[in-house]
Amino acid sequence: MAQEIDRERVRRLMEQGAQIVDVLPAREYGEEHLPGAINLPLRQIETEAASMLDPTRAIVVYCWDSA
Amino acid sequence: MYDYRMGKQDWMGAGLPTEGTDTERPRLADVVRRDVPTCSLGERLGDVRNRVTAAGWDACVVVSQDRVVLGLLRARELQADPGLPVERAMRPGPSTYRPFVSVAEMRRTMTDRGLESSPVTTSDGKLVGLVRRTDLGTADADPEAGEP
Repeated sequence: MAQEIDRERVRRLMEQGAQIVDVLPAREYGEEHLPGAINLPLRQIETEAASMLDPTRAIVVYCWDSA
Repeated sequence: MYDYRMGKQDWMGAGLPTEGTDTERPRLADVVRRDVPTCSLGERLGDVRNRVTAAGWDACVVVSQDRVVLGLLRARELQADPGLPVERAMRPGPSTYRPFVSVAEMRRTMTDRGLESSPVTTSDGKLVGLVRRTDLGTADADPEAGEP
C-alpha cells in the first residue's frame, strides 16, 4: 500500500531522484504538472507502469486533489 | 510507492514551480505583494495603523501564529477607534484566492465583486500575500483576458 506524504516530502524525494507520476489525463498533464513528472493516466497504469517506471527508484503518484 | 494525496492543487496552491503550457499565463503568484503588513488579533488597532502607514501601505492582513488568514484591515477598518483590538475592527473571513489563479480571472472577479484587494493563500489557508486590483493591469493589455 502506498505511503501518504505531504508536499515537503515530495520535494525531498524529488531532490533524491524519485519518479514523479501524474495520473491525470494527458491534456491536463500537458497544461500543468509538477517539475519532471511523467504522465501515466489511471486507465493506463496497469498496462504501462512496468515499462515506464524503474522499480529500483522511489515512485510518487499524484492526482489533482484528494477527491 | 508514495501517494501525494493532496495532489497538484496543493502544490500549485503553495506557489511552487510547475511545467506545462499553462505556466506561461500570468497568475497571482506573479503579481502578489508578499510584503503586505500582518498583525494579530489582540493587537491595538492604533499601533497597527501606525506601523502600516509607516510601511507605506493602506491595508494589513490579520493572521494567526502560523500565518493562517483570519481577517483583513483595509483603509476603512484602519480608521476605526485606535483603542480597539484588531479582532473587533477587522473584516473577518475574507475571500481568499490561490497563487495559481490567472490574472485575467482575478481581474474579472475583483471587478464583479468590487474588491480593491484580496489575500492570496495556500490551500491550507496560509498567507502568501495580498493582490491589489491596481496590480492586475487592464484587460486591454492582457492577451488572456477573453478566456474563461
